[in-house]
Amino acid sequence: MMKSASKVVAVIGNPNSGKSTLFNALTGMRQKVGNYPGVTVEKKEGSILYDDGTEILIIDLPGTYSLTANSPDERIATDVLLGRRNDTPKPSLVICVVDASNLERNLYLVSQLIDRQIPVLIALNMVDVASQEGMKVDAAKLSALLDVPVVPTVATHSTGIAELKFRLLGSVRPSQQTRKWKLPVTVAEQVSELQEILRRTEKTDENESYQNALQLLTSPAVGTNSHAPELQAEIEKAIKKFESEGIDRFSVVVEARYDWIKSLAGQVVEYRVQSEERLSDKLDAVLTHKVWGFVIFFGLMTLMFQTIFTWANVPMQWIGSAFSWLGGQVAAVLPPSSARDLIVNGAIAGVGAVVTFLPQIVFLFLFLGLLEDTGYMARAAFIMDRTMSKVGLHGKAFIPMLSSFACAIPGIMATRTIESPKDRLVTILVSPLMSCSARLPVYTLMIAAFIPQETVWGFLSLSGLVLVSMYMLGLFAALGSAWLFKKTLLKSAPPIFIMELPPYRIPSARSVLMHMWNRALQFLKRAGTIILAVSIALWFLASYPKKEHATPSEQLEYSFAGQAGKLLEPIIKPLGFDWKIGIGLIGSLLQREVFVSTMGTIYNIRDANNDSGNHTLREQMRNEVDPITGKPTFTALTAICLMVYYVLAMQCMSTVAVVRRETNSWRWPIFQIAYMTALAWVGTFAVYRIGLFF
Amino acid sequence: MHSVPLSQLRPGERGSILRIESIDPQLRQRLLEMGLTKGTLLEVIRLAPLGDPLEISVRGYRLSLRKHEAESVLVETAR
Repeated sequence: MMKSASKVVAVIGNPNSGKSTLFNALTGMRQKVGNYPGVTVEKKEGSILYDDGTEILIIDLPGTYSLTANSPDERIATDVLLGRRNDTPKPSLVICVVDASNLERNLYLVSQLIDRQIPVLIALNMVDVASQEGMKVDAAKLSALLDVPVVPTVATHSTGIAELKFRLLGSVRPSQQTRKWKLPVTVAEQVSELQEILRRTEKTDENESYQNALQLLTSPAVGTNSHAPELQAEIEKAIKKFESEGIDRFSVVVEARYDWIKSLAGQVVEYRVQSEERLSDKLDAVLTHKVWGFVIFFGLMTLMFQTIFTWANVPMQWIGSAFSWLGGQVAAVLPPSSARDLIVNGAIAGVGAVVTFLPQIVFLFLFLGLLEDTGYMARAAFIMDRTMSKVGLHGKAFIPMLSSFACAIPGIMATRTIESPKDRLVTILVSPLMSCSARLPVYTLMIAAFIPQETVWGFLSLSGLVLVSMYMLGLFAALGSAWLFKKTLLKSAPPIFIMELPPYRIPSARSVLMHMWNRALQFLKRAGTIILAVSIALWFLASYPKKEHATPSEQLEYSFAGQAGKLLEPIIKPLGFDWKIGIGLIGSLLQREVFVSTMGTIYNIRDANNDSGNHTLREQMRNEVDPITGKPTFTALTAICLMVYYVLAMQCMSTVAVVRRETNSWRWPIFQIAYMTALAWVGTFAVYRIGLFF
Repeated sequence: MHSVPLSQLRPGERGSILRIESIDPQLRQRLLEMGLTKGTLLEVIRLAPLGDPLEISVRGYRLSLRKHEAESVLVETAR
């Protein structure tokens, strides 16, 4: 549908300017989210279909404060605007979303767009907020001064959207008000001298040669070496001159721009007397308070965690039962055959495994969307930054890591809010160490079967203590690994924390729901396919080769998975595990909780996941005796070792699939499997060896 | 009037930016583009509960930055 669009329009704007809300209001459900190839920057496209059949393609560019191309997001935005990307058509018009209540900083980007002679249309957004804060922005005057059409909007209420849509149909010419800001005389002279040389040598037009000359002399991102001799000499001469006159060449353009903007803003903004304290400040006095700030933050986190951890369980069980019902129905209709087996135990079970994750993802992103759009997310990072910086991470890494206690998949998807690519990668690498909900059934089985029901210090139950220790182990392993990665492999300067604290706002339901919907869809499309393939592969490994007249237990032992379990035995023997546990570990590759049902199959117990079945399984495992030594196979120590292994190992193939998607390569998921497996083996080995002394 | 790093201002204190001394060009560029240019007025609003980062008001909006980053912003203050 989007190929035939007659026109391409890009939407750009500062973060927190309401850009995404405006994009959603323009395109509604007609949008798709993907990735720019080769980078992890999100690509959002949508379209507007007019009554007469005209279709306009809308590209939502990443939020950016400037076109200087400091971050990957800004680089993509700049490249798309200038038509430098093969995968995205060059827009013929750019909507720049400007937060009317924060005019000066927002106009900085506008002035850069105007200078690049890009046809731009301003959506003067949040005029309602501006007026609440005692500001009146004269849109007509702003339009006249900038020589740019200005449409006042309130994207959250769809105000002004119809006019904006109408304006997109017409054409907009580039503004004539380019470079109205005034450089100091010395700088202006040097730039025009350099421009002359560039014009002569590179045959570029007036504007382009000026932009290049300006860049060469004033941008810290451009090197001053290895140019043609004539150019090089001119640059060096200019730099010397700036130094002798005490001119800071890197800040001079930014300052000139802001001076111009300030005088411009002075002409269009009318301030009414403002007596009352801003609502946001009153809220912040509580929400970032020394005591209440943390109380509320942890309260919200507990609520979010509860939602993902417990409430999502209900729809997850519905989905689980729905798929097993479906499997049962199909099994009843089809004659017994390998094909039926494949459909029921491979495909249906596999799709079920994928869909089961959905409730957690939906709930988490509902919460995250609300936190983000109300403006609270920035405060959460503000509160937690001090703590996270101890391991070299950004305050924004806290929420993805916490979410990973429920499930690493949405947690890893939530790392997108972290701007620095290296910090984001570190967070992705360590998130699966947080004990997710899928580990809980394994912990529960092991604790119930092998940890004596004792009380410690008179009031703590030993089982509870062991369970808490496992969660703590995961947490400390994650923080320790993050610290280590930041020190070594992904060494980088401490992340730049400069972050806007936007005023609190009432979120738009549409934006929050669209965000949630897009995330769910992305998960199904991107990770779903890999998870499905892995589950079919695992089904195959556990079912073939076939053995005639075998019990399920014998069949499993005879299968590839069973053989692999036995092959694995020498490697896991030092950890106190036998081949049966080996099979369980292989089964866990799909989902960790599969361990419980795999053990059930091995010990010939039906329904190991319900209460009575689980009870029988515990009995069986406790009574299991090593055929050679005659000692019990499973002891409290084996159970603890197994739990430690589950805390530390990267077993979940679904997580691997998501990491592959989020990092756009196999390199990091493979590294992650390697380091976590090594950590798990060494950790478990240490616990086992030390445990043998007691 | 005397000049101090922004990191030394207490909540409620105001100042005018003299210059940014950071040696990290990316950090410097970012601060400038966020509007922290010479002569701009700012006010420290509050510190985070654990004392770092800090929140400032500049050009009519709120910005948070770490103390370490604020050290490189030299301001002139009336105190």
